[in-house]
Amino acid sequence: MKQKGIEVVRNKCVGCGLCVRACPFSAIVLKDKVAVIDLDKCTLCGACKGACKFDAIVIYKPNVVKQDLFQYKDVWVFIEQEEDKIASVSFELLGKARTLAKNLNAKVVAIFLGGNIKNKAKQLISKGADKVVIVDSKKLAHFTAESYGNVISHLIHKYKPEIFLAGATTIGRSLVSRIAVKIKTGLTADCTGLDIDKERRLLVQTRPAFGGNIMAQIITPSYRPQMATVRHKVMKELPADPNRKGEIIEESLDKNLVDTRSRFIDFIKEEIYKVNLSDADIIVSGGRGLGAPENFKLIKELAEVLGAAVGASRAAVDSGWIPYSHQVGQTGRTVAPKLYIACGISGQIQHLVGMQSSKIIVAINKDPDAPIFKVANYGVVGDLFKVVPLLIKKIKESKGR
Amino acid sequence: MNIVVCIKQVPETTEVKIDPQTNTLIREGIASIINPFDMYAIEEAIRLKEKYRGNTTVITMGPPQADSALREALSLGIDNAVHLSDKAFAGSDTWVTSLVLAKAIQKIGEVDLVICGKQASDGDTAQVGPGIATHLDWPQATYVRRVDKIDLDNKKAVFERLLEDGYEVLEVSLPCLVTVVKEINVPRMPSLRGKMRAKKQSIPVWGKDELELKDEEVGLEGSPTQVVKIFTPPPRESGMIFDGETHEAVDKLFSELRKHLL
Repeated sequence: MKQKGIEVVRNKCVGCGLCVRACPFSAIVLKDKVAVIDLDKCTLCGACKGACKFDAIVIYKPNVVKQDLFQYKDVWVFIEQEEDKIASVSFELLGKARTLAKNLNAKVVAIFLGGNIKNKAKQLISKGADKVVIVDSKKLAHFTAESYGNVISHLIHKYKPEIFLAGATTIGRSLVSRIAVKIKTGLTADCTGLDIDKERRLLVQTRPAFGGNIMAQIITPSYRPQMATVRHKVMKELPADPNRKGEIIEESLDKNLVDTRSRFIDFIKEEIYKVNLSDADIIVSGGRGLGAPENFKLIKELAEVLGAAVGASRAAVDSGWIPYSHQVGQTGRTVAPKLYIACGISGQIQHLVGMQSSKIIVAINKDPDAPIFKVANYGVVGDLFKVVPLLIKKIKESKGR
Repeated sequence: MNIVVCIKQVPETTEVKIDPQTNTLIREGIASIINPFDMYAIEEAIRLKEKYRGNTTVITMGPPQADSALREALSLGIDNAVHLSDKAFAGSDTWVTSLVLAKAIQKIGEVDLVICGKQASDGDTAQVGPGIATHLDWPQATYVRRVDKIDLDNKKAVFERLLEDGYEVLEVSLPCLVTVVKEINVPRMPSLRGKMRAKKQSIPVWGKDELELKDEEVGLEGSPTQVVKIFTPPPRESGMIFDGETHEAVDKLFSELRKHLL
């Protein structure tokens, strides 16, 4: 029978137990001061190997090159639109793609699908694209994962990109997984870091797992393109340079690629609050500590003066104080804004995993032992009904000046 | 209507405590649960069956211990379960996982609808659902918050999808795959009778041979992606806590915030 690809090197293992603690699947125990891996539980995730300080865990990896990888060049960015506007995450990716392309001596290509979009191509060049490949058709005016997936897979076969990036948005995630399966290549979700291993000419993709408690570095060694979705707000958008030169290539739409099994009917915009959570630089969130639905107006007021989006803990959503689309955390959305202000949120682990990658976290809570203070850069122990109005007043005053 | 629900067993995070020294999760003795989003998928399958009749099957790919997740789904009211388990599956990435699940759905046969949770709480990829749909060459509706209509005669369904800034209404031909968000329903509790039935029910185990997959198509070898390194992110630096008189605390907080807001 074929052996599984993991082994403990007995003479290197000192029985320290670091791997036992690191294993997310409780697959390792210590027997006679040596780590023993239960192969029925092990998923070969590699957490133990990362934790071992003695190189005592080996994972055998297949090393097969199945394609002629050198035909593949250039860094592609999928351009996403929200209501006729190019999504900010697409600009961020063009910025990152420039750095990657420079290291690979390759070009940045924007892949732009939609209806009546030709006039926006120049904007993509000013933001970092060397080439823009456009497929402009009424039939593509509304995104569907099926048709967009077919068209882009076709373009990948034709042009052979080395790297393909898209935003880790609802559109990006729905789309790119179809493409990766269709053309058989590797896809890494929700990356927060992208680098080039120049020696091996590989894209090293870093992403959080287990709600950000573990980081994983992932590669696609034997297939092309190397595909990744990338989190909002992590990569830097370049300033627009109107003098940048680039090429615009128009591809006609092959009607056979349009999948009529999926049909857009309507889009209903949520009008309640202006800023959407995943796009926001600042999020103000409210939790159980608000005590009653009408008190959310305090959170909204603070959000308003800061130009922030409104978030909520599960407790607030489950109590019916605010719609589910505002829920941050494990069963809601994962966010990573520049500033996250948690008001009256105790900080259950399910909430923390949804927001602990935020750059700056502020906690306002009357309980000094609330777990939210453990991840907070700044905390105020106090009554939020006193603290928040004072804070709003301060911000308004400083704006007035 | 025949429905298949795909679920995953994940570590239960509610029981996890944060190590104050290192700010990392303490994982010792963590129980396994059904991925929270999959509970909504199970509930929706049961509700649709109650409304449209038919048959529901729950499947999972995972080690032997994932049997308990399947039994929990049965106790809630799912009719049948199949366990996709094989040592050769270990190390499978999302590409291979969606292939294995798609093969099982084909083997079950005559399926009208596949329901998955929007993503798993451990991997957070949201890639397996659309991956299954693509392996089957089916259309999909992701992030579904409401099933508006299922028209079995004309083989069409209408779903509401939760996007970043609103809802999309999408009509999709059957068979199709949907992934669901929490908003779609409130899951029920298992009944005592359901628990008794789940305990006794036999659950077939399908490995690579039953699914007609080769060794090199699954596991590490079949997976296009490879994990090269896993590490714990640097802990957050301990913060400044202002616990004095309210005016004073807000003043201090504001002067710190100014640095970041400008």
